[in-house]
Amino acid sequence: MLTNKLLSACLGAGLAAAFAVSASAADITGAGSTFVYPVLSKWSADYNKQTGDKLNYQSIGSGGGIAQIKAATVDFGASDAPMKPEDLSAGGFGQFPVVVGGIVPVINVKGIKSGELKLSGKVLADIYLGNVTKWNDKAIADLNPGLKLPDSQIAVVHRSDGSGTSFNWTNFFSKVNPDWKSKVGEGTAVNWPVGIGGKGNEGVAAYVTRVKDSIGYVEYAYALQNKLPYVLVENAAGQYPKPNADSFSAAAASAEWGKAQDFYLIMTNAPGEKAWPITATTWAIMYKEPKDAERSKAAFAFFKWALEKGQKEASSLDYVPLPETLVKQIEDYWTASFKG
Amino acid sequence: MSEALASLPAVGPEVKRRDGATGDRIFNWVVMGCGLFVLAALLAAAISMAWGGLLAFRTFGFGFITGTEWDPVAQHFAGLVPIYGTLVTSALAMLIGVPISLGIAVFVTEVAPRWLRGPIGGAIELLAGIPSIIYGMWGLFTFAPFMSDYVQPALIDWLGPIPGIGLLFSGAPMGIGMLTSGIVLAIMIIPYISSVMRDVFLVVPAQLKESAYALGSTRWEVVRDIVIPHTRTAVVGGIFLGLGRALGETMAVTFVLGNTHNIAISLMEPGNSIAAAIANEFTEADTDIYLSSLIALGFILFVVTFIVLAAAKLMLLRMAKQRGE
Repeated sequence: MLTNKLLSACLGAGLAAAFAVSASAADITGAGSTFVYPVLSKWSADYNKQTGDKLNYQSIGSGGGIAQIKAATVDFGASDAPMKPEDLSAGGFGQFPVVVGGIVPVINVKGIKSGELKLSGKVLADIYLGNVTKWNDKAIADLNPGLKLPDSQIAVVHRSDGSGTSFNWTNFFSKVNPDWKSKVGEGTAVNWPVGIGGKGNEGVAAYVTRVKDSIGYVEYAYALQNKLPYVLVENAAGQYPKPNADSFSAAAASAEWGKAQDFYLIMTNAPGEKAWPITATTWAIMYKEPKDAERSKAAFAFFKWALEKGQKEASSLDYVPLPETLVKQIEDYWTASFKG
Repeated sequence: MSEALASLPAVGPEVKRRDGATGDRIFNWVVMGCGLFVLAALLAAAISMAWGGLLAFRTFGFGFITGTEWDPVAQHFAGLVPIYGTLVTSALAMLIGVPISLGIAVFVTEVAPRWLRGPIGGAIELLAGIPSIIYGMWGLFTFAPFMSDYVQPALIDWLGPIPGIGLLFSGAPMGIGMLTSGIVLAIMIIPYISSVMRDVFLVVPAQLKESAYALGSTRWEVVRDIVIPHTRTAVVGGIFLGLGRALGETMAVTFVLGNTHNIAISLMEPGNSIAAAIANEFTEADTDIYLSSLIALGFILFVVTFIVLAAAKLMLLRMAKQRGE
């Protein structure tokens, strides 16, 4: 009697589980970067409308995304920092960029409007090192003749949580300031020499808004939304482009993707004349020979749609479409590297 | 008195008596299970955190507790900064929260007119129900600007020049930091402490208080010499309940503490706390030693809380001894 009951209960549970699996088999699952979450959720809604396929994305952070794809619990992981080619081949992964965005320094200094202040990457890094501590420091004044700079302490704001935004920011510093490279280095979280930490882009934006004479860095969209004055940063060509879709895509276009194995290239300090120097991308990481080919195929169909048709929606959220040449390279990479 | 008598169960020939031995035994097992569950959960948490943090303790040794460096790039971790921040913000919270809680409890039980007791009691309980993320956002968007515009400049002007104490109130008025965190934490723990105090003050026998009043005691004397001595065990218990919450509070502190790996004497300066460090960095802790260091911090918080509670228990025992009990 009891065993019968147990048996039927087990059967019932098993059936329910089977149904749950078959229902979610069509769902593409992904996890990782919070940077791409807004655009991925927009894409997934539109894609679902057009094809009926669903995307279930958990924005748990880039490190978490890599851990999840390594554990094969998701169809793709998304990371703001690329995996090294040797790590990719060791794990049997391939990776490709999905979307481009810009990171901009923002300030709250009385009397200085958006785009008025110019800083070189080296001076910016010196501010974050604590070497330049006052707004009217000679290093800043030399770059800004004619701009009235206050005699006040610079309040530095950085991210308190590990993030791809910090990774690109510190990567840029490491490229342009040898002192930064040897003392601090690059990473999603680093040992910040000075400053206070805000949690997330919104935390940094809130601190910069609140704290007088502060400087911070946020994704471009947050600078726009919070109407924070941005700073112009010198690029590798010695120019000071404005941060906007044009300069971000100029950076993406001028980066030498063709030479980068597995798209292992960090776009900061890109060589183009009009390139915004702190441009970032997010990579999708997938198995080259997935256990479940069907689901992997569904994920590729989604990314193909996203790269070809979804980039317009990305622009409406202040991300930048990938340049066409890069899309072509990615599709070639798919056919060359991935099975199915 | 007659009310109390009436509420006693009536024992008479019409009440059937059953043999309660079996039921009693089952009851014993059930409640013992509940009790053991607490111990098992506690032990499991402690062991799993110690196990997870083992790699960090092994790699960095005793330096993990005494060092101040926290460098994810060089993979070198030491926890003194967050430990210090946790202790300082909690101490500030107690310094501010305990007297106010005591005041609330005394007001509600002894001073307030009867019609006001209900609304204040309700307000306390509502305050306890607000999620900590709301305190954090309120702290960052509303309270921190208020601190930086009005409170901190005044403190720096008045107290800054005093030698000694002045060191605590120096620096730039940024609005966030140790002091702001301590105040936000104090507001968060007041409901816990004051509701415990109120409940125990209410059970002080009316005869004792009325006798004291009859002898000409003032309200203050009644509170000091009758109410608090009578309830001190529970009062201390309530205080430590609040302290436990302050030590472990995460979200609210993350928002207003500044999250800087930095030890500063000034209370205006930003710092870091154990819970905030874990919440901030857990998602992107991508190496074993990084993750292990964060878990090790969690274990240290566990130990700190344990020590604090043990100290409270010892204090209560000593107080009991002094009174000759």
